Amino acid sequence: MSFALTVIALVVGLALCWRFLGAYLVAVYEGRVRFLRFLERPIYRLLGTNPDAEQSWQRYALSAVMFSGVTVAVTYIFLVTQGHLPFNPQHLGNVTPALAFNTAVSFLTNTNWQNYGGETTMSYFSQMMGLEFHQFLSAAVGLGVAVAVIRGFANRGKPTIGNFWVDTVRGTIYVLLPLSFVLGIIFVAQGAVDTLGGPVTIHNSLTGVTQVIALGPVAFMEAIKQLGTNGGGFFNANSAHPFENPTGLTNFLSMLSLLSIPVALTYVFGRMVGKMREGVAVLLAMTILFGAWVGLASYAEHQTNPAVAHAGVTYAGVGNTEGKETRFGDTSSALFGVSSTMTSTGSADSAYDSYTPMGGFALISGMMLGEVSPGGVGSGMYTILLFAIIAVFIGGLMIGRTPEYLGKKIQAREVKLAGIGVLVMPLAVLILTGLAVSLHAGTVGPLNGGPHGFTEILYAFTSQANNNGSAFGGLTGNTPFYNVTGAIAMLIGRFGVLIPALALAGSLAAKPVVPAGLGTFRTDNTMFVGLLLGVIVIVGGLTFFPALALGPLVEQLSHGRFW
Amino acid sequence: MTTILETPHDETPQARAHGVAQKRSLFDREILRQAMIDAVRKLDPRVQVRNPVMFVVFVGTIVCLCYCWSQPSVFVISITVWLALTVLFANFAEAMAEGRGKAQADTLRRMRSDTSARRLNDDGSESAVSANELRKGDRVVCEAGDVIPSDGEIREGVASVDESAITGESAPVIRESGGDRSAVTGGTTVLSDRIVIEITAERGQTFLDRMIGLVEGANRQKTPNEIALTILLAVLTIVFLPVVVVLQPFGRFAGAPVSVVVIVALLVCLIPTTIGALLSAIGIAGMDRLVQRNVLAMSGRAVEAAGDVQTLLLDKTGTITLGNRMASRFVPVGDVTESEVADIAQLASLADETPEGRSIVVLAKERFNIREREIGHDFVFVPFTATTRMSGLDWGDRHIRKGAADSVRKWVESIGGVVPPDLAPAVDEIARQGSTPLVVADGARIVGVVELKDIVKHGIAERFAEMRAMGIRTIMITGDNPLTAAAIAQEAGVDDFLAEATPETKMQLIKKEQEGGKLVAMTGDGTNDAPALAQADVGVAMNSGTNAAKEAGNMVDLDSNPTKLIDVVEIGKQLLITRGALTTFSIANDVAKYFAIIPALFVATYRPLNALNIMHLHSSQSAVLSAVIFNALVIVALIPLALRGVKFRPSSAASLLRRNVWIYGVGGIVLPFLGIKIIDLILTATGAY
Repeated sequence: MSFALTVIALVVGLALCWRFLGAYLVAVYEGRVRFLRFLERPIYRLLGTNPDAEQSWQRYALSAVMFSGVTVAVTYIFLVTQGHLPFNPQHLGNVTPALAFNTAVSFLTNTNWQNYGGETTMSYFSQMMGLEFHQFLSAAVGLGVAVAVIRGFANRGKPTIGNFWVDTVRGTIYVLLPLSFVLGIIFVAQGAVDTLGGPVTIHNSLTGVTQVIALGPVAFMEAIKQLGTNGGGFFNANSAHPFENPTGLTNFLSMLSLLSIPVALTYVFGRMVGKMREGVAVLLAMTILFGAWVGLASYAEHQTNPAVAHAGVTYAGVGNTEGKETRFGDTSSALFGVSSTMTSTGSADSAYDSYTPMGGFALISGMMLGEVSPGGVGSGMYTILLFAIIAVFIGGLMIGRTPEYLGKKIQAREVKLAGIGVLVMPLAVLILTGLAVSLHAGTVGPLNGGPHGFTEILYAFTSQANNNGSAFGGLTGNTPFYNVTGAIAMLIGRFGVLIPALALAGSLAAKPVVPAGLGTFRTDNTMFVGLLLGVIVIVGGLTFFPALALGPLVEQLSHGRFW
Repeated sequence: MTTILETPHDETPQARAHGVAQKRSLFDREILRQAMIDAVRKLDPRVQVRNPVMFVVFVGTIVCLCYCWSQPSVFVISITVWLALTVLFANFAEAMAEGRGKAQADTLRRMRSDTSARRLNDDGSESAVSANELRKGDRVVCEAGDVIPSDGEIREGVASVDESAITGESAPVIRESGGDRSAVTGGTTVLSDRIVIEITAERGQTFLDRMIGLVEGANRQKTPNEIALTILLAVLTIVFLPVVVVLQPFGRFAGAPVSVVVIVALLVCLIPTTIGALLSAIGIAGMDRLVQRNVLAMSGRAVEAAGDVQTLLLDKTGTITLGNRMASRFVPVGDVTESEVADIAQLASLADETPEGRSIVVLAKERFNIREREIGHDFVFVPFTATTRMSGLDWGDRHIRKGAADSVRKWVESIGGVVPPDLAPAVDEIARQGSTPLVVADGARIVGVVELKDIVKHGIAERFAEMRAMGIRTIMITGDNPLTAAAIAQEAGVDDFLAEATPETKMQLIKKEQEGGKLVAMTGDGTNDAPALAQADVGVAMNSGTNAAKEAGNMVDLDSNPTKLIDVVEIGKQLLITRGALTTFSIANDVAKYFAIIPALFVATYRPLNALNIMHLHSSQSAVLSAVIFNALVIVALIPLALRGVKFRPSSAASLLRRNVWIYGVGGIVLPFLGIKIIDLILTATGAY
């Protein structure tokens, strides 16, 4: 498919997802979808929760943290003992504790940062029970939290925001499992592998070369990898591997599915707060950012790679084809790259380390904006609402009113929580990158020196603190230093935003709704969209400009001006 | 209700230039001098730590000062000096705002200079005591020429009181025991008669004391919005700290170590110093602007709430209409001519000193040139009573009456007269228009009807239209019947009205509006208004009102001009807008500062970064210093704006936002590019960099 056709198909597909998947999500979280009641009931009984009892934000957050703590411990144990566990046809040994810690946290936090090569490190059991399990549940938790935060805006003076266990279970069994099932079938039909059988050894009698072809339960993991904006692939090559992403159709469906739920959540927002225009405004802000970054990345990747040109190598055709699958091409790879980095997915069908500096800038800065356009499943929605609170506060002051968002007064507590939620990520990225470039353990990581090496480190922490998981490459990450600091970044990036967002929801839920009038600051028009975009770009720009200047910007400028 | 004598209600607030709020030029020399001294005095770390943003600058200056010691250079010293100036400018802005309040407080304090009081003992004897010794419940005597020693209620007597010390209004007001005008304020002067006052306030808590505290800003508490904004600014400051601190390891990794002085300079440029420096000045100046208009807010919270008000409850009389109804038309009935009605109506009103009565005499003279006649002394004035609901005079054997339609008709029928058939339609027609019909009878003969019209204040409809544009609903409160109320409401252009209002229905209305989440503002003066004033989010009590009303409200209007509620709302909005606009401006400024400083920092190592030096600044040092100087000067440049408030035109939220985003957002991005470039050119010209 040509680039233009892909974009058009993506827009049409997402419009349908927005409308129909959005409506379905509303029905699921309002409890109107009940065809799996027979499954739900025993689960609630097992969890010991009363599905009709709503929780305060504190209880909701506590449940989320408790659930995360238990499941991350289980995954850790699976990984460090996988040598003794079943479904290990390659007889792979136990994962080292530091790597197991980093990986368990990575999948728990919906990051899917991988300091390992999947096919040579993880047994099938670890892949399925340790990692894929989290791919479902971390997405379900994110989705549930986003809905809980939306309830905070929609509730009128009722301080509860839903039930964590019910939200998580419903999100899993009504949304993620059925969609992954359908998507997985299509992937299998297109040629993705899915087997519990071990690797195949092929001996070429003509050349005398023996090859081991890794196989495994790939296709269905692939489905939830994209749908849940996880990004952690079965194989090291991720979506560039033909068994993970066999055809142009699966490549397109990958992009569509990783964008689908984050986009549909804006519909959920509009519906649940009772004003669709509010949801559309948020969607518009997301779309403009996304569109701009796709434009930048595709344009950059469509240029000749300056480093290659500098080396005196000429090749046929245009565009930076180094590190890209010829079946996808330069611009479409850039589209995939931006889709994946701006949804906190992190799956990749090309090598980001080989992007032009400006293409790499688009990828890293897309994450630095806080993963809000449209962001990860659930996390994108609740994070952009934090930005919206700040935009509303500043905008409200400029019109002389105590600011309100959807009729809820924005006061000191809300500003504080939104401020923490928005700024914890840049803090984690900058401080950990500063630490890495100061310590020997950190500076030995990157394969390159100078600005590119700096970008490799900066990218690693940006990706992990944003729970993205995409790798720029060129960084030796499986060291105790990067395993531990990376895990810290991921935990801060997840819970440092999730908990303030829930606290905000609780505080908003308890507030009465002020009726809108002519003097009310409107949050459903282009002016607000502009203000929201301004806040997102300025916060990202002000915090990361110096770091970007020392990384991709100076690298680009040393090849001459980009513009 | 209102007891102000001869106070024209439609006088513009700007026209007043006396009282507490002596108008001072923004840069009064005396205040400037004091503010400069205070700016230095505020360098005390205990004062600085209260403002997190400026405290960072303060600490940064000290750090640079240490570098001045260990490795002095022109550059380091210049940066240090300008950082110190940044702190001083911020102190100066606050001191300026406070200075204006202090000057007013001094005027008030002079009034409080110890007066002696004549305390009335239980046995009726008097003893001279100092006003300081008066306790709540004491009774004091005041006679003509005495200064009332403290706040109190008149228990005996009536007196005219000069309240100009408080209100600036030179016309004396009447205060009398009982009713709604029994309250007197300490510091005012009795002009005539003798009154006995029961003291209602302890020393130190009188109205005057509270006023002094308020204008001085001594016990100023941060308002909710100010707290929220301070948090946002603190969060931004905390974030920029690691942003600049990590530049040191980043720079080392790149092989371009960054000096601590430059890091401090960058930090100061990035943190929102502009708004941080001006924030408290804006708050103090907002209160000051209210005082300029002779309104005292008991808390900053009330001023802020005023900006949020969505419903205004306005008393019809005195706010929407001129105080009194005026005769506007004579309507004859039967075969009587209009001038005959005028003639008899004038006779009926000759001895009637009420404003309505006077207006009939005036109208008769205007329309038919009927002069006031000398009717000698052989007449008996029949005053209006609640039972007869008529007034008039008996002159010889003529019994002339005017009054409510029903009463006059009954009276005429009782003495054998006949009611003309066209009376009822005439009366109805006048009532429908919102006017009051006054039927005139000469003995048993009904001659006609006088239309008493409520005169809607000039320009009030336009103000309500402005309110509507801002999204504020206006509700007229009146004791009139619904028919009359509807007609006046229509003429004045209010959104709604409450007719036949009682204190209870008023209270209900406020609660109903508040249940819907709206903030309600109202004015009131009587004791029976007190509960409603307390219930309303913004309650403006008239100074002429009772102490109960003043206690219940959260603002007091010294001019007792209820229309001023609208001004209060505008000042509240202006206060918030000023804060929001300068916050946006402050953050937007950072863009240009980055483009000045970041290339300067690393250009030695990475030549290509000079492409980001889009201002083409002369050198690294001049770039950093220019940014710091701009950052300091912009504070000074914005002090007048902070004190005066940004320009505010009542308009819808959307157009206000558009305007302010353009001026302070986009302008805030563009302006520093120009400013920094100009400063760089000047620095280059000095040759030192």
